[in-house]
Amino acid sequence: MSTSAIAISCRALVKRYKDVTAVAGLDLEVRAGECFGLLGPNGAGKTTTVEMLEGLLAHDEGDIEILGMRWDGHEHALRERLGVALQETKLADRLTVAEVIRLFRSFYRRGRTVEEVLDVVELGEKRDAWVEKLSGGQRQRLAIACALVGAPDLLFLDEPTTGLDPQSRRQLWEIVAAFKRGGGTVVLTTHYMEEAERLCDRVAVMDHGKVIALGSPRELIASLGADHIVEFSLDDGGAEPLPEAALAALPGVKAARRDGPRFSLTVTEAHRAVPALMLELERRGVEMTELVTHHATLEDLFLSLTGRHLRDE
Amino acid sequence: MKAHHPFVQLTLARFREQLRQPEVLFWVFGFPLLLAVALGLAFRNRPPDVIRVGVEAGAHADSMAALLAQARGLRPVVLSPADAADQLRKGRVAIVVVPGDTVVYRYDSTRTESRMARLATDDALQRALGRRDPRPVVDQKKMEKGSRYIDFLIPGLLGLNLMGTGMWGLGYAVVDARKKKLMKRLLASPMRKSHYLLSFMAARLTMLGPEVVLLIGFGMLAFGVPMRGSVGSFLLVALIGAMCFAGIGLLTASRARTTETANGLMNLIMMPMWILSGVFFSSANFPAAMQPFIKALPLTALNDALRAVMLDGASLASVAGPVAICAAWGVASFVIALRIFRWL
Repeated sequence: MSTSAIAISCRALVKRYKDVTAVAGLDLEVRAGECFGLLGPNGAGKTTTVEMLEGLLAHDEGDIEILGMRWDGHEHALRERLGVALQETKLADRLTVAEVIRLFRSFYRRGRTVEEVLDVVELGEKRDAWVEKLSGGQRQRLAIACALVGAPDLLFLDEPTTGLDPQSRRQLWEIVAAFKRGGGTVVLTTHYMEEAERLCDRVAVMDHGKVIALGSPRELIASLGADHIVEFSLDDGGAEPLPEAALAALPGVKAARRDGPRFSLTVTEAHRAVPALMLELERRGVEMTELVTHHATLEDLFLSLTGRHLRDE
Repeated sequence: MKAHHPFVQLTLARFREQLRQPEVLFWVFGFPLLLAVALGLAFRNRPPDVIRVGVEAGAHADSMAALLAQARGLRPVVLSPADAADQLRKGRVAIVVVPGDTVVYRYDSTRTESRMARLATDDALQRALGRRDPRPVVDQKKMEKGSRYIDFLIPGLLGLNLMGTGMWGLGYAVVDARKKKLMKRLLASPMRKSHYLLSFMAARLTMLGPEVVLLIGFGMLAFGVPMRGSVGSFLLVALIGAMCFAGIGLLTASRARTTETANGLMNLIMMPMWILSGVFFSSANFPAAMQPFIKALPLTALNDALRAVMLDGASLASVAGPVAICAAWGVASFVIALRIFRWL
């Protein structure tokens, strides 16, 4: 498959539930061989979108084309070429790891051997353990094994690492990266910016059923126009008036945002902005507590686009 | 069919899951046996009970008691009037006799036991006082296998078990898979829906053999329950019954999203049949007006057919009626279930 081939294209996709519009006119194009991320907070419509693409949920309006086929009429042929890991599927509790993979293998005309897949997801040692005895990370790897056993061209992962510890998360990323190196296309949803930045070639940032930004993680972060974020709080809890405009006017600062006692500055040159900020605060006679600077992330992009955080913490 | 065929793999998975759950094994195999043992012991045929007869204390009470004590099967006890009334109310004595020139029998005429006690007591009393029978009679006592309570019970328990395992085995498992999103995950693969549903049926069938053999074998060995009809006919009736309830189980589970809903629905469907369909006692006890309705219930039909083959040695042709009722329930449930089934 050439690199310019399109794996998924959907146009003007709409899904309505009784009183909410979960997906409100979505256009997406996923290129073959890339890892495409849908990033957004809970309720943004990521899962609804993915399940429509997977042919598990009917769309109300719009058009979906997967690997050059449509769900109507090509369902079986498509299913042979897709690998799917749903959000939180509980596989049969009292089957062994190998039995579950063998079951899924039996559904596909062609595919990989159980041993191969066990190896890929590093569950060889657990092959005879019951599913209910597995840890969260092992279960998730088993779910991915079931998705990989049909040797898919296109892999859908819906929040593959939610609730996992950092080590399990990295282990999963490695599996996904290996699949991509083998020429596979990946669509994944996540609300972890780090995951999107690490794994995805391109990311669509979603909010309220729409794509609000699209591009590579680097491009998206660059669109903030600054590569550092400076965050600080005021000692008096913000009683002293400190206009955002005054902060935004400081040298090296591109934008300023206030969230209660907390301020967040988008900064192009941290080495100029931080001393200027100190001087300004001293001039106004306010004390600062906890100053933090970090590289701009997709989280900061989301915050600047919506005024909200990706995760409700 | 090859071992890696999806239908074989699905059936194996279903079968393994059942075998690996001790609680499932208990309900399928252990529970009916326990019921058979418990009820078999509770209602075993014994020598006729000795009847406790209360004699109200007072003049001539002791001589009355002595007189009744001579009769077989009666055990008179002298009680104060208050105790006598109390024990009669609690059923500890079946009848209270008040001695006097006119003897008074105090008893509840709606209780079979009390009516029998009255006949036996009166007979003993009148004989002791010199009554003579105009014509001699001889009692010939027989105990026929096949007409005892345990003989009635075993096929009923099998029917009950086929209903329970069919409904739970299919219904619960389907709803559980739906709730866990396992069904959705399977549908995201190229699995055929028909393979999925048929695998439940196949797993159900593999359990059926041991289920029938165990309960009936136990009944035959432990209680000498007879098998008068052909084993083949009996197994065929059991098979049709099992498929009938598998269909009803599938229908019950066709829409439910939570196992709680499914549990409720299944109990709602099964509960009336536990009582009405002649599992523990004959459904003939219910009023005539209810009989057409009761006869149309699948468990009644199954129990009737199982009993007819097992106890009366009926041929398949002669149980065609009830078997057809079972089959009709099964087919109708299955067809409706497939139409309204909630896959996602």
